[in-house]
Amino acid sequence: MAQALIDHIHPEAILLGVNAANSEAVIRQLAARLESLGYVKPSYVDAVVKREQTMPTGLPLGLAENVAVPHTDPIHVHRAGVALAVLSQPVDFANMEEPDEAVSVGIVFLLAINDKDKQIEMLQEIMGAIQSPEALTGLKQATSVDDVRAILS
Amino acid sequence: MARQKTILFACGTGVATSTAVNATVTEAMKARGLTFNALQCKATEVASMADGVDLIVSTTPISASVTVPIVKGLAFLTGIGKDKALDDIEAELRK
Repeated sequence: MAQALIDHIHPEAILLGVNAANSEAVIRQLAARLESLGYVKPSYVDAVVKREQTMPTGLPLGLAENVAVPHTDPIHVHRAGVALAVLSQPVDFANMEEPDEAVSVGIVFLLAINDKDKQIEMLQEIMGAIQSPEALTGLKQATSVDDVRAILS
Repeated sequence: MARQKTILFACGTGVATSTAVNATVTEAMKARGLTFNALQCKATEVASMADGVDLIVSTTPISASVTVPIVKGLAFLTGIGKDKALDDIEAELRK
């Protein structure tokens, strides 16, 4: 039985209505959750922030509010998982393919990857959600973890 | 039967988006009756990995010094332009 994306997201790693001044602030809020939940090492957060500056992860979907998938090297990860933030106001991430361009982002999936061969399914589930306008709209309107569970199950 | 071709999938860390793109392209090419050898690496490793590779699919910008054909992989993450990107990859594999 295939696992759903929600099975990779700890309920305490789902943040709704997040107020953040910029992309780094979002990353730091989400990474703190993954760290306190035991998914990542203390070195993870700075590694993600640094990587985002040179290899950004904003994905332009042609929407008013798009998605970003910040992450970093497996060496900073204890176990695989995902943290999700839905922002009250979008912030700019740089475009993965065109780092000089800004992408307005309203939903952030922070990824903790430690073994790519075991996390193919999780990554595909995330890409599936990103490519589903219904899922993204649902996440924007979600007011509880149960709402998120219903969308990502 | 033509030689099995090799596609190098690249992204920032070599573990996240390139894994998703590799899986998507492998499935889609199988549906089109095509198989290939798949390699994965970080964007910073592409220049040293490109020898003997037939095609690079990358979600991040690649140094202009690399002469191997490149298909942009962002389409597989966003879904926008995915069919065109698959057609481009199929064309390279059938060369």
